[in-house]
Amino acid sequence: MEELPGRKSEKTAATEALVKIRGLAKSYRRGDQVVPVLSDISLDIMPGDFTALMGPSGSGKSTLLNLIAGIDKPDSGELRVAGIDITALGESELADWRAANVGFIFQFYNLMPVLTAFENVELPLMLTGLSRSERRARVELTLDAVGLSDRLQHYPNELSGGQQQRVAIARAIVTDPTLLVADEPTGDLDRVSAADVLAMMQRLNAELGKTIIMVTHDANAAHAARKIIHLDKGEILAQPGDKGEILPEPPS
Amino acid sequence: MFPLNLILRNAFRHRLRTLLTITGLMIAVLAYGLLQTVVDAWYAGAAASSSTRLVTRSSISLAFFLPVSYSQRIRGVEGVKTVGHSNWFGGIYQEPKNFFPQFAVSDNYLDLYPEFVLPAEERSAWQRDRKGILVGRQLAEQYGFKVGDPLPLKGTIYSGTWEFTVRGIFDGSDASKVTRLAMFHWDYLNESVRKTSPRRADVAGVFIIGIDNIDSAAAIARNVDAQFANSLAETLTESEQAFQLSFVAMSDQIIAAIRAVSYVVIAIIMAVMANTMAMSARERISEYATLKALGFGPWFLALLIAGESLLISLIGGGIGMAITAPAAAAFKQAAGIFPIFAVSEDTMAAQAACALAVALVAAVVPAVRAARVRIVDGLRAIG
Repeated sequence: MEELPGRKSEKTAATEALVKIRGLAKSYRRGDQVVPVLSDISLDIMPGDFTALMGPSGSGKSTLLNLIAGIDKPDSGELRVAGIDITALGESELADWRAANVGFIFQFYNLMPVLTAFENVELPLMLTGLSRSERRARVELTLDAVGLSDRLQHYPNELSGGQQQRVAIARAIVTDPTLLVADEPTGDLDRVSAADVLAMMQRLNAELGKTIIMVTHDANAAHAARKIIHLDKGEILAQPGDKGEILPEPPS
Repeated sequence: MFPLNLILRNAFRHRLRTLLTITGLMIAVLAYGLLQTVVDAWYAGAAASSSTRLVTRSSISLAFFLPVSYSQRIRGVEGVKTVGHSNWFGGIYQEPKNFFPQFAVSDNYLDLYPEFVLPAEERSAWQRDRKGILVGRQLAEQYGFKVGDPLPLKGTIYSGTWEFTVRGIFDGSDASKVTRLAMFHWDYLNESVRKTSPRRADVAGVFIIGIDNIDSAAAIARNVDAQFANSLAETLTESEQAFQLSFVAMSDQIIAAIRAVSYVVIAIIMAVMANTMAMSARERISEYATLKALGFGPWFLALLIAGESLLISLIGGGIGMAITAPAAAAFKQAAGIFPIFAVSEDTMAAQAACALAVALVAAVVPAVRAARVRIVDGLRAIG
């Protein structure tokens, strides 16, 4: 694991890891074959970290992200988020936990095409006890924060890719979750929109202290993070710094 | 409110597909309603029959006649109030396709059928005219008969052309009564037959027995038949409803086929609807996975799919039900074969039940699949 110079988190001083993983393993069944995807993963992610998970296709980075986000279950190992052993939660409890603690940003935005930008961002708030006026205030504030206050009533197909991803970011943060997980958030965007989205994620991390875990295979995108974890064949590689590897310069 | 909003928008996402499905449902529910109404129409005579009337016929077959002299002996059976008789005439009015029942009836026949309401002066006029004929309102309206009009019938059972004059038009006491028939004097028929084929004279097709006490109907029927046991013309006496149902029973297979077709129509639309819902759910699997990732439970997804299915069925089924009555009225007018062709409340309830069943059955598989979808599979995000 590498901490990029000049990007030290203000919260790294905290002693308790937000995400604590020990001996995590996951495999998939393909026909009669069992294909190991993650083996003996141990990892700590501190509150306020912005961590990039990198690796080639099939390295297990998305699987690790899915496990941390509570949308998949490990075969074995310990996985605690904010002290909660999420591997012990049932489906219903896990759904409630995700609703309260995790914000999702997907590669293809995964917005509901029949809902406006406003309604998409309002979706996670439907699971809270907030009143309609409270929801409205919060959605407007969040969409304003991502620069889309003039696109409230636009449907996803009326927005550019970058704008759609900003709506997705607004949806991810509107409930003020503990953890933001992003799976290739710039994978479907042009360079300008990708830089825009990465800058927004950096701001969320730096200004709001959001803990972000991002999967990417794009080195430029990874450099927006504070830390980079490399995976290959289901294992965390030795730290790049330890090997004396020189990482590419972050994007300007 | 939020789920309803989402259901509504999802339902009309693919407008053409949804509109075609709604149209299919509408047609299926309409067809089901009309076919059930055809079946009801078949039973209309039996449904409208009186429990205070018994019918006596030859125990061998309706094609065999009974001596009209039986009337006296039947009248002597305890519990019998009135006895009338009639013969099926089976004439053709202008063309064979203009079919309607015609009966040669005894003079007291109308006393046995108080549900046929005839003005007293028209009844007198009919009684005075040997060749007078009475027509029911439904028949009169169909062919435009008026009192005083000639009504020639070409005999099929009784040869020759029979010239009648309409002397009265009777109404049904309520809308359920079939008045698409004509009645003329049995005496006139009998006199004519006596001249041409004396061996076929002085016979009746059926005797209609009026009784006071419904509870003794079975005993009276037994006693009537006992009067003629071991004779050359044994009788079979039964309630009017059983008599009517014996006619319906002759068409049992046709009715069964009509019923089967009505269920097949519903089964087909159920398959179409299930396909529509399955396609919709399959296309949205990543959206369902996203909703699950956001914390929405499997029941919410099942609700979305079932709600969408219900909404489409409600619209299609609702329109189908709404147009069934006007379509039945148009069918009655155009076809002219069923004097009673009204959509019953039972049929409408069955239509609603079919639409509901279609909605629920079509939603089951996609709803279960959506509820069970693994989020990571739905998102297709294996790194």
